[in-house]
Amino acid sequence: MGRTTIEKILARTSGKEVVRPGEIAVCRPDIVIHIDLPMAIEGAWYRPRKVFDPQRVAVIFDHAVPSPSIKDASAMAEGRRFAREFGIKRVFDVGQHGISHVVAAEHGLARPGELLVCADSHTCASGALNCAGRGIGIPDTLQAITRGTVWYLVTPTIRYEFKGELGPMVSGKDVFFHIAQTYGGHGGTSVEYGGPGIRALAMSDRRTMATMSAEIGAEFAIFDHDEVTAEYLKGRLDRPATPVHPDADADYLGVRTVDLAEVEPYVILPHSVPRNGVRLSSFNQKVRIDQAFIGSCANGLIEDLRVAARIVRGNKVAPGVRFIVTPGSQAVYLQAVREGLVETLVEAGAVVTNSTCGACFGYHMGVLAPGEVCITASTRNFKGRMGSPEAGIYLGSPATVAASALTGVITDPRSVAGSRASTSGDSGDD
Amino acid sequence: MTDGTNLAYTGRVWKFGDLINTDMIMPSAAFRLPGNEQHTLCFEAIRPGWAKQVRCGDILVAGENFGMGSGRPIGEVLRACGIVAVVAESINGLAMRNCVNAGVPALNCPGVAALLDDGDTARVDFLAGRIENVAQKKSLQVLPLAPLLAEIVSAGGVIPMLLKEGYLHAQPFVPASS
Repeated sequence: MGRTTIEKILARTSGKEVVRPGEIAVCRPDIVIHIDLPMAIEGAWYRPRKVFDPQRVAVIFDHAVPSPSIKDASAMAEGRRFAREFGIKRVFDVGQHGISHVVAAEHGLARPGELLVCADSHTCASGALNCAGRGIGIPDTLQAITRGTVWYLVTPTIRYEFKGELGPMVSGKDVFFHIAQTYGGHGGTSVEYGGPGIRALAMSDRRTMATMSAEIGAEFAIFDHDEVTAEYLKGRLDRPATPVHPDADADYLGVRTVDLAEVEPYVILPHSVPRNGVRLSSFNQKVRIDQAFIGSCANGLIEDLRVAARIVRGNKVAPGVRFIVTPGSQAVYLQAVREGLVETLVEAGAVVTNSTCGACFGYHMGVLAPGEVCITASTRNFKGRMGSPEAGIYLGSPATVAASALTGVITDPRSVAGSRASTSGDSGDD
Repeated sequence: MTDGTNLAYTGRVWKFGDLINTDMIMPSAAFRLPGNEQHTLCFEAIRPGWAKQVRCGDILVAGENFGMGSGRPIGEVLRACGIVAVVAESINGLAMRNCVNAGVPALNCPGVAALLDDGDTARVDFLAGRIENVAQKKSLQVLPLAPLLAEIVSAGGVIPMLLKEGYLHAQPFVPASS
């Protein structure tokens, strides 16, 4: 019986020929990424006495940068001290920072066929680059940093075969929503994304989809490697890529075909993701918003900012709406400045913040008050996620969020001028 | 009563529904609190005052997709509340490891929501994969906790293991707060 991509990577890193569902694989990570938050949570971080391989450890500050509190400042001082003590060279301090999953992709730390370890739940972002990753929490990250081991339950895999191409104003975020809506939770399974349609999925769409796979509870989520992957990684890797492909006779729990042409923009209702969405074409509620947010590891990429700028260009954010845009990294920020996107967004009335996890986890730079409503192109809509538990959080694509920021109500992006395409939906009622 | 060496626990049940997420267990406001206060906000958004009612030795029962969400240390929070065992219809993979790694054993137990209610006394044997409603003398058989995970729980979690093996300094780092 053939092997899936994840089974192959877990087998190699655990020194085995084959691993099968039900087993626990104890693996040696190819790279461990340490972030600031574990050191800011009192009691969570213990100073290591040894590091298994300083070449394979990177430090990236992302959750609270620049520091909004003494506690966070102290955490990052500890991170710098840790890096100095063990001679860790890959340190992305304030100025080189960004959301760790975004920085890992940009700087070639997430390499095809390899195993990336990080505490954060959206570590599955690396799957866009054919790199196995899943959030493991803080104790296991300490174990990976010190002992160089990490355990994974080998789970069955569900494969998605894509065909067709996305319509205008439909993004990878909507493809993920379509999967979450159609198939619900994926707990206890890994997910493989492939098929002829992935050629038409830009790397930014893949990164959104891989990242969001945490929200359907997938163990690992990984894309096939193709020319789009190779093109993105050109000039980013410090050693040759070793892509892993699934065997033709790999043993899947299921193989599901998704026609990208049939995917429509969705809105996900508060307070959970799986099977909690509505296609915007049939969304009849008039939901007024107080805040619109584009950012996070899922949607802080340059392509997301481009879509937002295109939609708001020459328009103004609706009165009473706060439109917050957080680039995913310093590199994205710089590119947005160079392309004039920051100017366009700010002219429209948006706030473009420093790159950080910030508003997505309700910690700083966009926290919600009781009774407020937010439409967000970030990762989660849990009760209390972005601030008050009395706030309502709706999820949408960057296009949907930008369109909603202009109208002040949750809006199908295909119905606003900047999107060019016009549809026959019941829009324009405002 | 609890027999830590055999990973069998008898305790009072607190029952929660489906889709209990990490932000309910540890809201981001808890990140800013001292270590010994982080658990006080546990379930505050959905069951205010719970952290004061729960006692050491109690057992958490939940529905589908328990612990979906982030990598925050929910196992440590639940342990600090007094929870010694977690059983749910299904448990998110990251939540499972964050419980086990904090020394709180957790098991996927399809059918447990119908077996146990708030206030019941449950007996959970993690090595046998057996969950019992003690008063009703009804039980469920599920897949037991994997040997490697049982080893971690028996050691008190990953941190005690790493401390014992000399990988970490003895005391946790305390970030300055003022």
